[in-house]
Amino acid sequence: MVEPVAPLLQVEGLTKHFPVKRGVLRRTIGQVRAVDGVSFTIGAGETLGLVGESGCGKTTVGRSLLRLIEPTSGSIRIDGRDITRLSRAELRPFRRQMQIIFQDPFSSLNPRMRAGDIVGEPLKVHGVESKRERRSRVAQLFDRVGLRAAQMDAFPHQFSGGQRQRIGVARALALNPRLIVGDEPVSALDVSIQAQVINLLMDLQRELGLSYLFISHNLAVVEHISHRVAVMYLGRIVEHTDKVTLFTRPLHPYTEALLYAVPVPDPAIKRDKRVVQGDVPSPLNPPPGCHFHPRCPYAEARCKLEAPALREIEPAHFAACHLLNQ
Amino acid sequence: MAAVAPGAAAQPSPSSTQVLEVANLQTYFYTRGGLVKAVDGVSFSLVRGETLAIVGESGCGKSVTALSLMRLVADPPGRIVGGSLRLGSTDLLRLDEAAMRDIRGNRIAMIFQEPMTSLNPVMTIARQISEALMLHQNLSRGAALVRSIEMLHLVGIPEPAQRAKEYPHQLSGGMRQRAMIAMAVACNPEVLIADEPTSALDVTIQAQILEVIAKLRRELGTALILITHDLGIVAETAERVIVMYAGRKVEEAAVGRLFARPLHPYTSGLIHSIPRLALMRRESGPADGRLLEIPGMVPALSNLPPGCSFAPRCAHASELCRREYPPYEEKRPGQWAACWHPVVGDSGG
Amino acid sequence: MAALDHAAELEKAGANVSSRFGAMLFLARSYPLGAIGAVIMVGFLATALFAGAIASFDPFTINARDSLAPPGGAHMLGADFMGRDVFARIVYGARISLAVALGATLLGSLFGVSVGLMSGFIGGWFDLLVQRLIDIMQSLPLLVMALVMAASLGPSLTNTIIAIAIPLVPSVARVIRSNTLSLREMPYVEAARAVGMSELRIAVSHVLPNTLAPLIVLATAQLGSAILVESALSFLGLGVPEPHPSWGRMLSESAAEYVRTAPWLVIFPGIAISAVVFGTNLLGDAIRDMLDPRQRC
Repeated sequence: MVEPVAPLLQVEGLTKHFPVKRGVLRRTIGQVRAVDGVSFTIGAGETLGLVGESGCGKTTVGRSLLRLIEPTSGSIRIDGRDITRLSRAELRPFRRQMQIIFQDPFSSLNPRMRAGDIVGEPLKVHGVESKRERRSRVAQLFDRVGLRAAQMDAFPHQFSGGQRQRIGVARALALNPRLIVGDEPVSALDVSIQAQVINLLMDLQRELGLSYLFISHNLAVVEHISHRVAVMYLGRIVEHTDKVTLFTRPLHPYTEALLYAVPVPDPAIKRDKRVVQGDVPSPLNPPPGCHFHPRCPYAEARCKLEAPALREIEPAHFAACHLLNQ
Repeated sequence: MAAVAPGAAAQPSPSSTQVLEVANLQTYFYTRGGLVKAVDGVSFSLVRGETLAIVGESGCGKSVTALSLMRLVADPPGRIVGGSLRLGSTDLLRLDEAAMRDIRGNRIAMIFQEPMTSLNPVMTIARQISEALMLHQNLSRGAALVRSIEMLHLVGIPEPAQRAKEYPHQLSGGMRQRAMIAMAVACNPEVLIADEPTSALDVTIQAQILEVIAKLRRELGTALILITHDLGIVAETAERVIVMYAGRKVEEAAVGRLFARPLHPYTSGLIHSIPRLALMRRESGPADGRLLEIPGMVPALSNLPPGCSFAPRCAHASELCRREYPPYEEKRPGQWAACWHPVVGDSGG
Repeated sequence: MAALDHAAELEKAGANVSSRFGAMLFLARSYPLGAIGAVIMVGFLATALFAGAIASFDPFTINARDSLAPPGGAHMLGADFMGRDVFARIVYGARISLAVALGATLLGSLFGVSVGLMSGFIGGWFDLLVQRLIDIMQSLPLLVMALVMAASLGPSLTNTIIAIAIPLVPSVARVIRSNTLSLREMPYVEAARAVGMSELRIAVSHVLPNTLAPLIVLATAQLGSAILVESALSFLGLGVPEPHPSWGRMLSESAAEYVRTAPWLVIFPGIAISAVVFGTNLLGDAIRDMLDPRQRC
């Protein structure tokens, strides 16, 4: 993959700790390290896939980028400008650059608003006062995502799941953003509808030069849509490289376990099964050292004591594992 | 407890020990939106130890089929209006509710998608498994407890005696689903129905659960009906597959044949619309082209088009398709489909 | 399996409903008790609005000759000690009850919604403080609270409304707060945040409209208790002052002295109070069932 000159988005050491509160006085009794020092970049027109299982922190990363969740530490830069500590007012112009598409096409649209108003709302917030102007822009957006402009006055419940996800895409596009965070955008859709939405997202990227942070647990979808992929486990990135390398020559034992756990939709291909045992530990109380060591078939003594750093094992192929040699 | 050889299971013959026969099942819902034919004339049979997968998208009727087999369709609005369900020599539709309760959880059991809501939060795991054993198998409390712990061991729960005393919320999602499975197979049912058993689980945990289910089937010889939308799970687990669309069966075949040469355009569309991992592709190279998509959306069951329900989304649809529903027939040996223009010469493997 | 009559089954499920009137008939058949409640409430509303046309006597005219006239004569429901027509006083009393019920419910809901919305949205120490205050208010029964309020404000129609409205605030605030807490985590609220919408605007345009359903259910229930509390306050002499005909005071004036000699002075206002409270409760329950998504298919 060609590394862009100036990355559109640069995230460094992003950390989010959620306090765990108990009792009447809500005293803090612990910290959930949802995201623990995550760094990555996304170039213009590029898709970074972020994969991992539940509780790995991938959703928190996506929300933090948009400052829907305030990061505990670390920095988020857009075009080199640090937006991590900006006030709400200062942040507003940057809101136009980054938008989000959600997983659930049912709860992501206000059931009491008309589809056209939902898509037009970002325009209203960002000062497009004229109703006519908004409507014509919304009609364009509807057309762009494969909905009919005549459907602008319908309510969300009158649409199917796939159509509702298209409304969500149109809303995210309304402000002409450069980066869209997709938080499991196709996971709640039917198989035959998933392909439609994936194709739509890829078409939009080609035509508008969009960048995506594509968060998903579905490895096959991530491989299809991404240029580069980062794998997360319990708040940390454990492997990060271009997609061809990651999916054909994974280095980290966890990536390997993930890949071999996905059932193959082709009975003609027989793979030897390598089922990784054990549960995903709770992020409230992660294992010491390498978080993966209790489930890792190759774990050694030092894996239990020392957390491995993310190192460049091969050119542009990063992994966090003690057992790998440069 | 010998398992039936997979080859024999692929094509049921009257001589093999048939455990379940469903004929022309019709389950309708009477709603304000109109008559919803959620399951409309579905037939299939199941032999001992066999795994049959029912695939389809939301609203295709696969879950209602499962609930109908258990006679758990909520009435109102739903009702089984026609067909027959024979479990061994028992016609389930002729049983009264009390007799049906003796069957449920005993001769036919079900695993649900969300283990948390299917387990009682205020009862220990052992108690919940024991309850079914005491009720259906007349075991004493002590014997039931011993058997419960055996079952937990069988589904791969570590320290089963210890875990048996715990409550559902003390277990992880994967362990809860194992406990749920232990409960379902405790009475050694003839038929086990698994409705999206791993959809709520992480992929590494899903692999563990699928392994447990496969092991149980081998060891207990239970016939399994696997309901899922995930073609990967179907390919790895099932022997025979039924594809449902809009309440009807549109295709049925042995799993290898179905994936290699699907007849129905919908089946073919489903198989080709999913992205595949590099490890799973037969030819190597990056995949970043457009995915094959099935246009349009699943029609509302209360307002199905005349003729073939899939015709509005089908590239091969003709005037005939839009007018008349195609007959369900054996197009190739061992492969049935309901289609006027079945796909021919699909890239086979 | 016996063949089923699809048409009849669909009819039962309400599939053939086309007009608005048809939909109402279907609802009435699905929720018969709610329909009874609705009829009572419509009757009550009509009585209050068209009191002048319904009652043939003036409720305030004193007529010594008709003092304690029994029901049946010129006075359909009899007359009180001062010879005022009981029917007319009940009919006009509906106005007081309606004014108090609507006024107190609206006022209470307005305050409750504001407090609940702010509490849920601002969170932190503000929320903690408001919640403890609400706990304190809720630990006192509605009637006791209203009594204290009414006694300190003095008897007048406005003060009665305020006295009844304030104790209604905590339950509304609580419902709205818990709704706000779940709604503010909804993805569509996050989407609004992601485009830079202000929290106030999010609260008003995304959260508030989605709390309306539970609010309507609660308000209907409160309508009934407001009427009951008004009657109780008036019964104790702390409600709407003379000469306004309040059902509660009609009871209190007559209960002690005339319950044996002129029972109609007690029975008819009592029936009026019970009927209306019964009606609001039936209607409230039906609305709650209708809005419960688990009941729909």
